[in-house]
Amino acid sequence: MRAGVLALQGDFAAHLAALPAGATEVRTAAAIDALDLLVLPGGESTTMLKLLDGSGIEEAVRRLVARGGVVFGTCAGAILLAAEVRGPAQRSFGLIDVTVERNAFGRQVDSFEAVLEPDYPGVFIRAPRIRRVGPGVEVLARWKGEPVLVREGRVFAATFHPELTADRRVHGLVVAAVGTAREASAAR
Amino acid sequence: MDASPAPLKLKTGLAEMLKGGVIMDVVNADQARIAERAGAVAVMALERVPADIRAQGGVARMSPVAKVKEIQAAVTIPVMAKVRIGHFMEARILEALGVDFIDESEVLTPADEAYHVDKHAFAVPFVCGARDLGEALRRIAEGAAMIRTKGEAGTGNVVEAVRHMRTVTSEMRRLTTLRPEELMRTAKDLGAPYELVRLVAQTGRLPVPNFAAGGIATPADAALMMSLGAESVFVGSGIFKSTDPEVRAKAIVRAVTHWQDAKVLAEVSEGLGEAMPGLEIGKIGEGNLLQTRGW
Repeated sequence: MRAGVLALQGDFAAHLAALPAGATEVRTAAAIDALDLLVLPGGESTTMLKLLDGSGIEEAVRRLVARGGVVFGTCAGAILLAAEVRGPAQRSFGLIDVTVERNAFGRQVDSFEAVLEPDYPGVFIRAPRIRRVGPGVEVLARWKGEPVLVREGRVFAATFHPELTADRRVHGLVVAAVGTAREASAAR
Repeated sequence: MDASPAPLKLKTGLAEMLKGGVIMDVVNADQARIAERAGAVAVMALERVPADIRAQGGVARMSPVAKVKEIQAAVTIPVMAKVRIGHFMEARILEALGVDFIDESEVLTPADEAYHVDKHAFAVPFVCGARDLGEALRRIAEGAAMIRTKGEAGTGNVVEAVRHMRTVTSEMRRLTTLRPEELMRTAKDLGAPYELVRLVAQTGRLPVPNFAAGGIATPADAALMMSLGAESVFVGSGIFKSTDPEVRAKAIVRAVTHWQDAKVLAEVSEGLGEAMPGLEIGKIGEGNLLQTRGW
């Protein structure tokens, strides 16, 4: 499996440490075209959007999903992947059918840690909230009943930061999806 | 020790999110909007940019509350603000305003020549400047969630930031070569807590993100700091004292992301207008250096 973390900006180093050995930092569309799994890290989504302009990376992410690859976005990464972004509205890839509201808990002093259902450790930093979940979207984890980890096919999104904890179960789920996607394409 | 109102993980967590980015000094909402539009990962609110503080003199304080609010209302990216060294009441006010990160900064006039702020006592994270590893570890022990080089702010001269980053990283490399019994003596020499010295000896890195600041004026300066080990870059006077702030700000943002790609650096370094006027460190005079404030 070839895994990469989009390293334009954000906590890409933490994701690299959370992925199986051999994962690499990627900063170009060409590098994404060589991957089976791409992680879009946490960070500032407005900054990432500026750096995406004219880079061809958004198209490369679409190609990755279309050819059976897996994409996982946390926090800012989830905002980039969403179908719709509010608070304020901004451009997004529309690769997972959810509506996300930015900075929906408030400022840094409102950042918090909580145990999720199932019992993943949840680190929420100036976190977005998932305000709407489309019919094709599966909810994999909740906090106080609201969705915080979702999946639509091979696209995963989390509003919290599993990469900032020592618990590797969420990355494990995503990595396992790469294997499943491969078997499915081999069967075809 | 963790009687802090917020766990260190949440504080360093925000610092992690700011990695690979540019934090820009702004004095009002208009500048904050320009910074956000250019791709800044956060803005730093202050009363005057360092070059003006240096030129005008007088006591430099925390940004006025109305300005902080105006900047917070203007952008969605994190808003940082500076407090004077040791001025925990300015810090309490900024925390009450909901500022996302506080810079206990030598750029402002120190409020306390003996003590820095007890940063464990706050829910809001702090960044502090350092010239060497001992200073960095003392600030971390006080609760700082991010370290930056001090450099020499307001000069447009990167030489001091380079010196401080090289000093911190080479001291860390040296620690990794020591035998366990040598660490206590080193802790004494550095004036830093033994446990933190031992941690750095094991990992070869600071336990919090390590950013660069002080004198960065061009995309090449920013890329240089990244290659020396900085995980992000603060730009103070370098943007709004240049002739074309928005273009320069965008260029520095791209330079920090693509610091390993000289072709991108060449591309973004063209057509930027004039950089801020620079100052030679030797001509400033010992008494006018900002980096010697704090310990």
